[in-house]
Amino acid sequence: MSDLSNYPIIPPGVSDFRKAGAVPAGDWRAPEPEDVRLVPTHCCYCGVQCGMYLKVDREGRVFGVEPSDHDINKGKLCPKGVTAYQQVNHRDRLLHPLVRDARGQDFRRASWDESLDRVASEIQRIQATYGRDAFGVYSGSSLVTENTYLMGKFARVALRTKHIDYNGRLCMVSAAAANKKAFGMDRAASPWQDMLSTRLMLFAGANVAECFPVMSHYVWGARDRGARLIVVDPRETPLARTADLHVPVRPGTDAAFFNAVLHVIAREGWLDDAFIADRTVGWEDVREVVRTYDPARAAAICGIDPELIERTATMWGTAERAMAFHARGIEHQIQGVENALSIINLVLATGQIGAEGKGYGTITGQGNGQGGREHGQKADQLPGARDIENPEHRAFIADYWGISEADLPHAGVSAVELVHLMETGEIRGFLALCNNPFVSMPNASRIEACYERLEFHVQLDFFLSETAARADVVLPSTTWAEEGGTTTNAEGRVILRHRAADPPGEARPDWWIIDQIAERLGAGDAFAFGSIEEIFEELRGASRGGVADYSGITYDRLEATGGLFWPVPSEDHPGTPRLFEERFNFPDGKARFNPVEWHEPAEPIDDEYPVRLTTGRTVAHFLSGNQTRRIGALVEQTPRPWVEVHPSLGFASGDPVRVVTRRGEITLPALVTDTIRADTVFVPYHWAGAAAANLMTVDALHPVSRIPEYKVCACRVERGTEITPSPAPPNPPGSAFDDVASLTTSELRQPSAPQGRGTSDA
Amino acid sequence: MMNRTLFIDPGRCIGCQACVAACRECDSHRGKSMISLDYIEQGATVASMPTVCMHCEDPVAPCAEVCPTDAILVTADGVVHEAAKERCIACANCVHACPFGVPKLDMEEMLQYKCNMCYDRSSVGLAPMCAAVCPTGAIFYGSIDELLTARPGAAATDLVVFGEQEVRTGVAVVVPAEFDRDAIPGTR
Repeated sequence: MSDLSNYPIIPPGVSDFRKAGAVPAGDWRAPEPEDVRLVPTHCCYCGVQCGMYLKVDREGRVFGVEPSDHDINKGKLCPKGVTAYQQVNHRDRLLHPLVRDARGQDFRRASWDESLDRVASEIQRIQATYGRDAFGVYSGSSLVTENTYLMGKFARVALRTKHIDYNGRLCMVSAAAANKKAFGMDRAASPWQDMLSTRLMLFAGANVAECFPVMSHYVWGARDRGARLIVVDPRETPLARTADLHVPVRPGTDAAFFNAVLHVIAREGWLDDAFIADRTVGWEDVREVVRTYDPARAAAICGIDPELIERTATMWGTAERAMAFHARGIEHQIQGVENALSIINLVLATGQIGAEGKGYGTITGQGNGQGGREHGQKADQLPGARDIENPEHRAFIADYWGISEADLPHAGVSAVELVHLMETGEIRGFLALCNNPFVSMPNASRIEACYERLEFHVQLDFFLSETAARADVVLPSTTWAEEGGTTTNAEGRVILRHRAADPPGEARPDWWIIDQIAERLGAGDAFAFGSIEEIFEELRGASRGGVADYSGITYDRLEATGGLFWPVPSEDHPGTPRLFEERFNFPDGKARFNPVEWHEPAEPIDDEYPVRLTTGRTVAHFLSGNQTRRIGALVEQTPRPWVEVHPSLGFASGDPVRVVTRRGEITLPALVTDTIRADTVFVPYHWAGAAAANLMTVDALHPVSRIPEYKVCACRVERGTEITPSPAPPNPPGSAFDDVASLTTSELRQPSAPQGRGTSDA
Repeated sequence: MMNRTLFIDPGRCIGCQACVAACRECDSHRGKSMISLDYIEQGATVASMPTVCMHCEDPVAPCAEVCPTDAILVTADGVVHEAAKERCIACANCVHACPFGVPKLDMEEMLQYKCNMCYDRSSVGLAPMCAAVCPTGAIFYGSIDELLTARPGAAATDLVVFGEQEVRTGVAVVVPAEFDRDAIPGTR
């Protein structure tokens, strides 16, 4: 009889449930309804900050999610949001402090006292030997605002180092700088509710469907009411697919495009002359510059048909009400500030701001991308969005903190520069949390080499990130579900997250850890916080009178309202959803036009590297992937990185393709698609090790905002052999897990689309 | 078409798979997703489409009709349920009878599973998980009037044509506004 063992016993397709990947800790459970409590909170991931309920059982364990009809998202969630709760009891959680006795040795378990004493003594040793500024702090914008405030105060008061910066430097700073130059303050100008009454939406460099999926429901709400949609992006993203107009500009050419759009609008007389005269300064200078950007010239720069410029200008110029949004696509460039300004110029010249259905905003990438850049964890900033070099601001905060103004450090350097200072020994010790630079910073091999120069490195995290895995001390902190606190979403809406569970094992909240270190450094009095709300109360006072004024916000008000838009200068103030209705934030109340000239990216293409490489996100993963690469469902959806290439390059989907830049190379499976420009390839950046896209990116920084140019560099693509494995996320020694998230994901199948693998794709 | 039902609008689908993730959270089959999410015309577009149980009305529930143990119940509201655990023999008749490829077998449990429109939720007035979370409304839950309130001028149909075989379904599909055949009265 022939061997039948290789034949299926059931027909193909009968049982192919989409696997959930790893089973969440505590298994899939459906407790009796009376055993379930629903704790209202907001998602831990992107700047939309969707409301959700965490399901908590009688034992106090988070085990599921229930949609919430919160005003922001009306129940809607993306796949990251649906599965976010699976982090809480995840078996990869760090449950006790880890220390390394010497470089080259493994971590061992340590007590809190031992670990904290070691951190404090290393800080003191390094600062005594090399000076206070030799110890750096690197923070993040996925922290709640209370913790971002705390980190700024910790650096300036407990460490008295000038060197603190935050990972929003890789994210929001171009938009922030542009907003300050044009409007005198840094916040999205309009609530998204306004989209429902607009007639035209323009999205530039914003893959809304994948990076801010739930914002899509505002877009469709507007389209259902007759609004039209323009998407400017080198890739035909899911939002661009059905847009009224998709403009596939070359990466790095946005300012030329928007200058040309304004050129046509000025030529056709679609300007709002009254608005320009009454509410702005500097139009003539911009008019002179855009005069030189005729559509033919810009179209050649942008690699598009000039007709697309004319059509964009016609749609924008003739729209009764219009709104423009942008994100990292135009901001992650050495001309990111100028790109944002070129859109702001368009908005101002046509008077499309400061009224219902007219507006402008950047879309923050991290959950607290907005709040995290307001209260003093930036290198050049003090709480309330104050300027650390402004004498009045310094005096106010020094007085509020009870320190001498002379003891308050001045501005330090930006995030990437902070790490680069390790090369020269200017930074010798480093305390970091809420970031994973080995994956997220450009030219990643240089970043790793920088960290190797450190004498001491302590990282706080709840999963062992690639960066934490090389630290000397790792302190186990909490997920968002165990901490509570406030964030400020992409609209500028301050919202309250509730604590849903106790931390597992010996994990402790970030603020508790920082307070303990401060106490050991002799600054305990300034950090004697008993709860996250006590920090918020102090933050309110520190922000009073600043641009980002939170002084009228209380937890009770946030609870009652579902969120308040800052500024909220008093407890009876209703908040400020729409900015700039009467005036802009300059003494004369007028907005500033800023003329911008387009220039080539830091690394133009040439004969050796003739293709543009751009990087970005995919819907199933978040930033450096330390959270999402551990969630079975998300790994199942998108197991590994790929390179997106146009059919004209001659590859077939699945072919190993080597992407080579001056800094590094990765061999990735090709995803061949018509939806990307022929002169551009795309690699997502969530993966680590040899598959980290940032091995290839250029560490050129914007001269002012210091944002890296992630979105364009020069590469070549060629047929490869072995696909580069994508390593599993690290875990402490002694833990060995066999779930799908711990596999070396080169063995897992590549996505069949930019959004992942279809449920029936083999 | 059912009174309150799902409306599938492939034009809005962004392929994010929030529906797939949310389906696994349904208390009656935690960990298993009943939804198919396909990336269609791969390489030419980023288009995608979710498939849920269409809850066939005419002919009524082919899956139930061919079930040798009468395990598949159709309730008066039109919902075609998953096979009753005590009756199902995992014969796969329903799998082959379904025109949409919806029912699946769990070969470890030897049981059939399929979308029951989150009956534990929809029977108490909550939207099914997939429709509750869908970021774009590609899966919408409500009555035809609720759809038209949210999307004035929308058109939907409950007719699916396979060659000469026509199927009327309990779940509806949103169609382009210019669609002129068998749109549900009152839409467009």
